[in-house]
Amino acid sequence: MKMYNADKIIPGLIIFVAVLTLPFWYNLGKAATPPQPKIDTPVIQQMSEKTCILPKTEMRAGHMQMLNDWRTQVVRNGLRDYTAPDGKHYNMSLQNDCMKCHSNKVQFCDQCHNYMAVTPYCWTCHVEPKENK
Amino acid sequence: MEGSRRSFLKLAGVCALGLGVKPAVNAFSADAPAVGPFSLNPGALIGKQWAMVVDMKKCWEKGKEGCKDCLLACHKVHNVPEIGNIKEEIKWIWTEHYENAFPGQESHFMPEFMHGKPFVVLCNHCTNPPCVRVCPTKATFKRPDGITQMDFHRCIGCRYCMAACPFGARSFNFKEPRPFVKDIDPTFPTRERGVVEKCNFCEERLAVGQLPACVTSCKVGALTFGDAENPKSEVRKLLAANFTIRRKAETGTQPNVYYIV
Repeated sequence: MKMYNADKIIPGLIIFVAVLTLPFWYNLGKAATPPQPKIDTPVIQQMSEKTCILPKTEMRAGHMQMLNDWRTQVVRNGLRDYTAPDGKHYNMSLQNDCMKCHSNKVQFCDQCHNYMAVTPYCWTCHVEPKENK
Repeated sequence: MEGSRRSFLKLAGVCALGLGVKPAVNAFSADAPAVGPFSLNPGALIGKQWAMVVDMKKCWEKGKEGCKDCLLACHKVHNVPEIGNIKEEIKWIWTEHYENAFPGQESHFMPEFMHGKPFVVLCNHCTNPPCVRVCPTKATFKRPDGITQMDFHRCIGCRYCMAACPFGARSFNFKEPRPFVKDIDPTFPTRERGVVEKCNFCEERLAVGQLPACVTSCKVGALTFGDAENPKSEVRKLLAANFTIRRKAETGTQPNVYYIV
């Protein structure tokens, strides 16, 4: 079988594949640094026992469901008090409770969210803490 | 198994008895609102139908001319923007003249003291709220304590509620409101472009045992807040002792803000 214009098509195909895979070659060996959310805020530093509402792994995996549940309970049902499994009571409020400890939104929230390319729109309404930027 | 008809009927009888007892057990169970780990704040104010009595006589006679304490206090704690353009203004509590607040009840021969006087108006938290009925996403809903509450997360900005409300108590955010809030109160959220907002009867303050901001800010005590279903409440005492009017009561929405004129 004879291929017409092989002298143009084959280099063209090679260039096409090279351009298509360019992002892979460009980033080869350069892993994006995984985020390391910081918890060194003044409030957390002063805690004798540095624990969140749930264990760290559970918070990391499920904070979005928790915030969603809290939203439902506070806004729809008017229930604002959360009893953690360890018996501590928390005021279910992103602005007034979560961010009281985690007052470093840039270092704590944004790092991971940027890494994972998620853009939660909490802060279009909720007021973010003032930070020393 | 050799089951006799007799033992089967016995078992069936016990089961039926159990089902019959269930409602009675339910009735005796604790009625404090709690779902799993979620519960009401210990110091929260609880009512069956929150209501307000506005004593305009007190406001005019004892208050200073042009006093706006209640308006400013409300708009401050709720981060209500001041757009400065009447077509896009956002208002939770504001003032109207008598003929606008109570259309159909005006007369040619109004007493002199009422001419041009401001009436403090806000969301009436109607017992039969048309805004709740028309909301396609249930972003506006009626709470068990009578507050007509908005869930800003759910509002899609269709503005049906604004068309339905006979009191003009709802405002739409035509533009991003945050640049128009002077000092943002960090304890309360702002809103965003494309949602409707209105008075929430200071639901967030009731939850921590405080009266609404407009009520506490009034120096002459013209605003009274309480439970209309509780015969011993301040509101009921005022309603029993005074003749009061409500805005557009003929629309059948059963407003819960009463006026002493």
